[in-house]
Amino acid sequence: MSALVEIRDLAVTFGHGANEVRAVRGVSLDVAVGESFGIVGESGSGKSTVLRAICGLAPVASGEIRIEGETLKKPRKRAFYREVQMVFQDPYASLHPRHTVDKVLSEPLAIHGFDDAEARIERALNDVGLGKGFRFRFPHQLSGGQRQRVAIARALILEPRILLLDEPTSALDASIQAEVLNLLDALRAERGLTYLLVSHDLAVVAHMCERLLVMQHGEVVEELSREALQNRAAQAEYTKDLLIASEGFKGI
Amino acid sequence: MSEVSTREWLLSDQPSSRRQAKLGQAYRTWSQLRRNKLAMVGLGIVVVLILMAIFANLVAPFDPLRGGDLRTERLLPPSWINLMGTDDQARDIFSRIVHGSRLTLMVVAMVAIIATPIGLAVGTTAGYFGGWVDTVLMRITDIFLAFPRLILALAFVAALGPGIENAIIAIAITSWPPYARLARAETMTIRDTDYIAAIRLQGARSPRIIWGHVVPLCMSSVIVRVTLDMAGIILTAAGLGFLGLGAQPPQPEWGAMIASGRRFLIDFWWVATMPGIAIFVVSLGFNLLGDGLRDVLDPKGEK
Repeated sequence: MSALVEIRDLAVTFGHGANEVRAVRGVSLDVAVGESFGIVGESGSGKSTVLRAICGLAPVASGEIRIEGETLKKPRKRAFYREVQMVFQDPYASLHPRHTVDKVLSEPLAIHGFDDAEARIERALNDVGLGKGFRFRFPHQLSGGQRQRVAIARALILEPRILLLDEPTSALDASIQAEVLNLLDALRAERGLTYLLVSHDLAVVAHMCERLLVMQHGEVVEELSREALQNRAAQAEYTKDLLIASEGFKGI
Repeated sequence: MSEVSTREWLLSDQPSSRRQAKLGQAYRTWSQLRRNKLAMVGLGIVVVLILMAIFANLVAPFDPLRGGDLRTERLLPPSWINLMGTDDQARDIFSRIVHGSRLTLMVVAMVAIIATPIGLAVGTTAGYFGGWVDTVLMRITDIFLAFPRLILALAFVAALGPGIENAIIAIAITSWPPYARLARAETMTIRDTDYIAAIRLQGARSPRIIWGHVVPLCMSSVIVRVTLDMAGIILTAAGLGFLGLGAQPPQPEWGAMIASGRRFLIDFWWVATMPGIAIFVVSLGFNLLGDGLRDVLDPKGEK
């Protein structure tokens, strides 16, 4: 099992001096090819920042991020963006309000100089379960779930191998959550994608991921396998608390 | 397809081409604007101004530069022959105002064409990059903002000679800083959004992001601001004309016409009043249109 994504002692610091915020402190993880890896934690635990650091959207203070053994440098090379793509948390904020779906999907193709844009856009829309009718709509003509599908199509249109998912369903209501998660599952099986999924929802992570990392206050609490999670075999106090919290409603 | 009315085609939820999506969006904006009565009045005034400028030769009954008989036709009050009377050179004031609309429109259009892109480019660049780029560009903006328009116009006149072109340059150079500030403020709220992060993640370079993704969002508020500034631009141009720094006689520029009429304002009020009314109506028209556009275009007003 070779690691596709390796993170060693990653630290992310925002601000300087008195305003310094150490969002991520000494996080290490390995994600194998084709694996789905989860990062769980409460708000402000630095889990999203880890994803943003991988894409170069957050300032890395120290540590290393390697993709296929190659250390990432700043600024990222153009080839990096064809390997790694991200789906954002809020589909209402991640689509340009004045761009049609068509424009959203054709931009990455234009940037990377793909020539068969027409066919690729149609295929990408089909793959995420949106028909031709959606192609020339504006974001305000789409529902939340449809928007997130467009965001997934946008991420997949460059045919990346690694998909970073930043709470892809937390802004959606329950019935649509399942729909989007199933879509993500199907896409992974079909294309052999590697997922790095961030969520505060243990149920989502348990459904999607084979292994997960629990984070708190910017640090790793522990790493668990799905089986361990399902058997409630958590070691750390914090993880046990999380497990109890996620069961909170089931007892009622 | 032929069964569907144009309206339905435009408002379709499932546009089938880029063009249809764009036209549909434009149509929605238009029908929203149409509901605002005052904006339509403003638009009407602006359209009349444009038509008047285009067809000035057909609309104006007399030659705007050559007067009639100086002994019998000077300073005639408004009548059915001379709708707005005649001036001290026995020229028909109505004809002069009609031809003057060309100058007014030229000033407005040229200033908008010169100042808007400069303001947008400076503002979005400063706002997007931040840091020292922002500091340098905004200090330059401050310097331009500190130039008094009339003094700068005087300097231009001294350097290049009086004329409407130099007045336009002077106005354009002093009117872009507010657009730059506006665009910068808008850009700073846009640059950290997820959709900009998303396009950055797709490998887009800064110029592409600024022109393709940031500028379209700043555009509407800048357009609104430019429209609202039109009145001020017209007034400045008229003011320069009044001081003798803008259009030179015998050009029928409205400000210059007021200046020449002020000598006999008491006895022959119409000479200065008629161009004054023209400036007032056109400025009001642009203001009303600008207000209406703000309601429709300003993203902050959207529900």
